[in-house]
Amino acid sequence: MIRFTDVHKAFGPKVVLAGMTLDIPAGQTTVIIGFSGSGKSVALKHIVGLIEPDAGQVEVDGQVVHDLAPDALSLLRAGIGYVFQFAALFDSMTVGDNIRLGLRRHGLDPDEVATRVRESLHLVDLDEAEARYPAELSGGMRKRVGIARAIALRPRYILYDEPTTGLDPVTSAVIDELMVRARRELGVTGVVVTHDMRSAYTVGDRIAMLYQGRIRQVGTIEEIRQTDDPVVRNFIEGRPFDPDRLPAAEARA
Amino acid sequence: MDSARALADARTWAPHVLPQMRRLGVDSVPIALFIATFTGIVLALLSKYIFTGAVPMYFVGALVGKTIMMELGPVLTGLALAGRVGANIAAEVGTMRVTEQVDALETLAYNPNSYLVVPRVLAGVLMFPVVTALAVAIGVTAGWITAINLLDLSTLEFVKGLRLFYRFKDIWFGLLKAASFGAAVTLAGCLMGLATRGGAEGVGRNTTRAVVIGCEAILVLDAFWALVLL
Ligand SMILES: Nc1ncnc2c1ncn2[C@@H]1O[C@H](COP(=O)(O)OP(=O)(O)OP(=O)(O)O)[C@@H](O)[C@H]1O
Ligand SMILES: [Mg+2]
Repeated sequence: MIRFTDVHKAFGPKVVLAGMTLDIPAGQTTVIIGFSGSGKSVALKHIVGLIEPDAGQVEVDGQVVHDLAPDALSLLRAGIGYVFQFAALFDSMTVGDNIRLGLRRHGLDPDEVATRVRESLHLVDLDEAEARYPAELSGGMRKRVGIARAIALRPRYILYDEPTTGLDPVTSAVIDELMVRARRELGVTGVVVTHDMRSAYTVGDRIAMLYQGRIRQVGTIEEIRQTDDPVVRNFIEGRPFDPDRLPAAEARA
Repeated sequence: MDSARALADARTWAPHVLPQMRRLGVDSVPIALFIATFTGIVLALLSKYIFTGAVPMYFVGALVGKTIMMELGPVLTGLALAGRVGANIAAEVGTMRVTEQVDALETLAYNPNSYLVVPRVLAGVLMFPVVTALAVAIGVTAGWITAINLLDLSTLEFVKGLRLFYRFKDIWFGLLKAASFGAAVTLAGCLMGLATRGGAEGVGRNTTRAVVIGCEAILVLDAFWALVLL
């Protein structure tokens, strides 16, 4: 269970999160949607302590992330896979070494490591890529390696930052399928940030919309599909949208 | 403190020290030797010019030896490596920072100080003295060759001058300085790299900063050691 409680975060004068509160229950996949620049990646980074909140707190399994001592934080991070928006692969290492690097922290024997590397690459349909360098891969392939690197750890949580953005429809569907299987077969709790509504409906159990630094609405897929909130409705239907034209009460949520 | 924790985490940094030593040290040898050769030649010619008439010519050996061992060897090598090594580290670590590779390391439960900073700083501390020692050897040799070919000095006279005021301290003083320069240059590179913000432009900016800070630190440390140890 991940819990955001009244999280505030600003970078200089730019307020990004302004009282974000959200419960992410274990064993489900929660999708976070929101406009570009609304702070979805920033919210995700709070979960693993890459960013500390200015106020409020983020808890993972009851532990307040920014209060953890370095060793405890390492331990927490070892149980969370993070798929970066732009993959963030180590470009001085082969694909295989990228995946192995994380596994080395888990004290596995070499056979087990080799198996996990092969398995996770197979899952993202990149069996041939183990010895290649990130610079030799396409953007979509890099993204899939990023997913493989997270899955290989067999974490309790996986945070996916726009896993299907920029992929062709077929590969996107493969990745969606992968996220669904990770939850169903490995019991992974997923947090998926995306703008891709088709993907959101496929992988999500619940959808939360981040808007102006807070959660505008959170609900099951059906609840979101049938929302009468104009901001959420505009977003999921992909209609041009001008926040100034909303009635004032609605714009504030 | 965090750096002490990072140092204690030997399992993380130990495998990276040797590759870094090769990259930072061995690859820097040609530039260091190039500089040392010309410094040796110029020093020999210069000391002849200074000593003409008044001082016995074998003092050429003393001046070349002392200045290269104690000052020019470490400092010029250090400044050259501040450009080469400092920029290299800052650009690499800075690129890792802006492409979120440093964040990725952290999410994989690595401490970037253990993984990135410690092996580079250790490699610098170990390799700067080695490169400096080579530069000193080549610099003195270049001075000697110049002296016997262009200054009608004999090898005997040059060596006599070289040994006249030589003390063991001349050597370790130079190498100790070199080690401290190695720490300063690599640390500046790592810290500027990790502090990089904002894309390619940020990488360029912090790379320049790392070189400038590295050079300044060398000059300040140079004066510091002279004050403390001479
Ligand atoms: N480290 C940082 N320093 C300063 N500003 C930042 C930093 N990280 C994010 N921001 C700012 O915070 C805001 C939200 O960024 P974020 O990356 O979370 O958006 P996002 O919702 O993930 O958008 P996208 O869908 O385009 O990825 C942006 O305006 C961004 O400029
Ligand atoms: Mg983002």
